[in-house]
Amino acid sequence: MTVATDLQQVVEDTAAHLYVWALKDIPQDLRDAIAAAVERETSVPGRRVLETIVRNVEVAEERQNLVCQDTGIAVYACRVGEHFPLHPARIYDALKTGTERATVEHPLRSNAVHTITRENTGPNTGHRLPIVHWEFIPDWDGLDVKCVPKGSGSENMSFLKMCVPADGVKGIKQFVLESIVGAGGKPCPPGIVGVGIGGSADYAVYLAKDAITRPVGTRNSDPVVAELEAELYDLLNQTGIGPMGLGGDVTVLAVHIEHADTHMTLNPVAVNYQCWAARRASAHISAAGDVDLDREF
Amino acid sequence: MAEHRLTFPATEEDIRKLRAGDLVTVDGHIIGIRDRTQIRIFDQGQEPPLDLSGAFLLHTAPNVRRLGPGKYEPLCIGTTTSARMVRFTEPLGERYGVRAICGKGGLPDEAIEPMRKHGMVYFAIVGGAAALETTQIEEIEEVAWEDLMPECLWKFRVKDFGPLWVGIDSHGGSLFHDVQEAAQKRLEELVANL
Repeated sequence: MTVATDLQQVVEDTAAHLYVWALKDIPQDLRDAIAAAVERETSVPGRRVLETIVRNVEVAEERQNLVCQDTGIAVYACRVGEHFPLHPARIYDALKTGTERATVEHPLRSNAVHTITRENTGPNTGHRLPIVHWEFIPDWDGLDVKCVPKGSGSENMSFLKMCVPADGVKGIKQFVLESIVGAGGKPCPPGIVGVGIGGSADYAVYLAKDAITRPVGTRNSDPVVAELEAELYDLLNQTGIGPMGLGGDVTVLAVHIEHADTHMTLNPVAVNYQCWAARRASAHISAAGDVDLDREF
Repeated sequence: MAEHRLTFPATEEDIRKLRAGDLVTVDGHIIGIRDRTQIRIFDQGQEPPLDLSGAFLLHTAPNVRRLGPGKYEPLCIGTTTSARMVRFTEPLGERYGVRAICGKGGLPDEAIEPMRKHGMVYFAIVGGAAALETTQIEEIEEVAWEDLMPECLWKFRVKDFGPLWVGIDSHGGSLFHDVQEAAQKRLEELVANL
């Protein structure tokens, strides 16, 4: 009981730390991708936008400030080992309390509202907030927590289409292209395009969200899917939308696809956009409560 | 593409000099406004307690620390997506004489005509660059409608605010329209070759 109680406190402290850390410190893979984008952008406003983004990341670091004012909705991705000695029900409580503490103690802007009355529900938590995605790992006693504060500018640019099998992969590509061109400058390009294919309608959307949480530079482990990632990346960067939609060569920093097998008559495709300020921070927690903070997970 | 420095509140003459694509830096006073603020003004019919004539409106809901009654310290102030609020463009110009709306991601084409008619511009800022933007805000001078926190009406004093691009000018020009039109053409070609 004592171990579990202490462990709950550790998870809570970790969540509070990860939320603020993610908001202030952009991961290195993303910094590298933005730096490379500055080099290859040829449009004058596009380049100036990217230089301003680089400067902004530096200012956030110098002043220990948030990179972006949108503290988002707190989304956590948890990988829970079969033998981790704290039940997911308690892990959820800890993540929720940690989110609240970070919001009050920093303080952070509270974004959470009742979806009909629009009344603010308090410190970035509420009914079914934060959002936690679970994965359960056999033969393991650890916990991985990844915090992804998701801003609304990019989340509003989320799309689902139930393509039919006859649309094929071409239908998937066309839908992703149309979605990103239609989104224009609204989701703060250049960012990470998350694409979920297969499964069911709800699962495709989840997979698209899961895809945006991957570090830039990672590829899908299935070579067929990885090839589609590379092709879509090239296609999207030919659209000319450019940084912040002002026109230019760099429209996206990466395309990540996650897939699931599906019904023979289904061909769902979902797009979830992640802005250039792709906030992400992770920790590995051992059964004994040791915390290993990780930037590149 | 010209570069300008402007102080707000501004006049119609100042605004008519600007062309889509120009780069602008702003000093003076700007008003923070957002979805709920404008819903209260236009859908619920409440008069805004701050003067909006000649104003520069910034689409924002800031992170602040409360220091005392009506007094807030800016912690992190950045800019939100403008397109959600496009339907307020016409009445902001016609009824209140607003001169500039600033946000990120652009305004759809329905903002072009009201901006031409009323002598207004849309400024595009770099979305997400809030840490930098905060350094350009000298003080939060006034706050109204604190019950809408953080979507209140905010009056900020700014210096060297930018870089901003004229996204829509007062002559019918829109950078966003042009980029979108070219991208749609390109999209057709790309899809045809899939």
